[in-house]
Amino acid sequence: MSEKSIHEANPDVEILKAATLTGDATAEDLDSIRRRTSVYVYETPVRLWHWINALAILVLCGTGWFIGNPPPSMQIAEATHQFVFGYIRFAHFAAGMILTVGFLGRIYWAFVGNHHAKQLFILPVWNKHWWSEVFFELRWYLFLEKEPKKYVGHNPLAQAAMFFFMTLGITFMIVTGLALYSEGAGQGGFWDSLFGWVIPLFGNSQALHSIHHLGMWAIVIFMIIHIYAAIREDIMSRQSMVSTMISGTRTFKDDRPE
Amino acid sequence: MSQIETFYDVMRRQGITRRSFMKYCSLTAAALGLSPAYVPKIAHAMETKPRTPVIWVHGLECTCCSESFIRSAHPLAKDVVLSMISLDYDDTLMAAAGHQAEAALQDTIEKYKGNYILAVEGNPPLNEDGMFCIVGGKPFVEQLKHAAEHAKAVISWGACASYGCVQAAKPNPTRATPVHKVITDKPIIKVPGCPPIAEVMTGVITYMLTFDRLPELDRQGRPAMFYSQRIHDKCYRRPHFDAGQFVEAWDDENARKGYCLYKMGCKGPTTYNACSTVRWNEGVSFPIQSGHGCIGCSEDGFWDHGSFYNRVTDLTQFGVESNADKVGLAAAGVVGAGVAAHAAISALKSAQKKTQSSKEEV
Repeated sequence: MSEKSIHEANPDVEILKAATLTGDATAEDLDSIRRRTSVYVYETPVRLWHWINALAILVLCGTGWFIGNPPPSMQIAEATHQFVFGYIRFAHFAAGMILTVGFLGRIYWAFVGNHHAKQLFILPVWNKHWWSEVFFELRWYLFLEKEPKKYVGHNPLAQAAMFFFMTLGITFMIVTGLALYSEGAGQGGFWDSLFGWVIPLFGNSQALHSIHHLGMWAIVIFMIIHIYAAIREDIMSRQSMVSTMISGTRTFKDDRPE
Repeated sequence: MSQIETFYDVMRRQGITRRSFMKYCSLTAAALGLSPAYVPKIAHAMETKPRTPVIWVHGLECTCCSESFIRSAHPLAKDVVLSMISLDYDDTLMAAAGHQAEAALQDTIEKYKGNYILAVEGNPPLNEDGMFCIVGGKPFVEQLKHAAEHAKAVISWGACASYGCVQAAKPNPTRATPVHKVITDKPIIKVPGCPPIAEVMTGVITYMLTFDRLPELDRQGRPAMFYSQRIHDKCYRRPHFDAGQFVEAWDDENARKGYCLYKMGCKGPTTYNACSTVRWNEGVSFPIQSGHGCIGCSEDGFWDHGSFYNRVTDLTQFGVESNADKVGLAAAGVVGAGVAAHAAISALKSAQKKTQSSKEEV
């Protein structure tokens, strides 16, 4: 290094070995870490998607709950001039469309974005190091490990949760949701020809409603765990969590190599 | 058996003159937007085309389909039975009984091989070799297979034949099985409902006779012209649904005002049928109009999809009274409690760690 650096690099020390073996940390990441104690992980489109997605899910859960369990009858005006339940349903459909477009955009970004943008979509199940790190992280949550490891993107356990609840879960909710939407849009139309086949798959429309409803609860459970884990890791782990989804930068709290 | 009458024969028998018949043919051509050259073609078809023979068999059923059918107003059931089709076998409606009736069935099958329509009301039970339903001394499933073998097409009347209905509801002790799971090599038209609407039944038959082909079917094999929209889509109480004005209890003011029955468990939003447009008893009314929610009788397995009076279906897998909300709320509660406990232990652990390290420093 020609310039003087405030951060002394130790070129011969192997850093973030576990994260490198699981395919989490790239060579550029390691380079960045040697120079700075922070690394740019989540690019702007990823962060934007995260918060739009979060907002859409909140709206979808709230309005979805009311669609299954309508609010008390309201007597504001004649039925012709009153559209309370209609607006609730409209908000649900609108948020669902935003979620769908956002998710498609997110898939696109997995192709053109950085290495970490792909983590949500591929679980490296063929990598035995990845599996051992899943169990390591499990032990950390069971208080059997004294200290967590450093991760650039998601830790392997979080990555698995993201994959099943978000990637698969959101896909399931989008497909079943659009199938239900196609019922109102009318048979033979655009949505029906794309998603109408889903309804007989579940027996009938009522059964599909039930399963879509259960899906909401799965996402609510994911939300509880996700928010808890993010805040807990922000406090107890060795890197930043919550602010990373705002600034995109992961900051490490110590400069130990592993 | 005599030669089957043509449509022309029937019209003449009913007192329509040749002159009126020709006028009718010209009018039909004009109505269909065809050139005058088609008039003699239509006349020729009417004069030569024999009426379609129909065999109507009854399995495990309650005869509500027949009861509905004979109440059709447009067209009148008598016109369908006496003029349009040649109903050669229907043990409920026919004059013959016993051996004569069975002979008529055999006669029709042999005479019109591959040209008759088989209408099935009810379904065959398959347990105990089908002994739960005996017709003419044999299990119904045998009669059904025999009659279906040479049929041009099969019509599954009602929820029984289409999906199984109440006799196939859990635990289905007789293993009552819908027709399409027994007859797999024939085109099957499902006309579900418990019973189907009279005009839908005669409408399906009229279509098949008029155009000599099956009506367009939806993904579940139901005629799209009657089953492509939900009760909800054309319900006259829909504005109250969109307004968020619901019947909250059976005897409340909203019930008297005719508000939406969604909260009372109306299955209109998940039921495909023509009740809200065609209605019942010559268009007089339909369940929602008389103040009761739709029970979804034309949907697959409607007996096994929870109470008629809940919007959120009971999930009996998780206990008799549970539904998606109760299961979800319980699961979320458990996870929430787990998270709280985990947070508490985490806090304790890190506090412990801090005291330890401060001791070490000292």
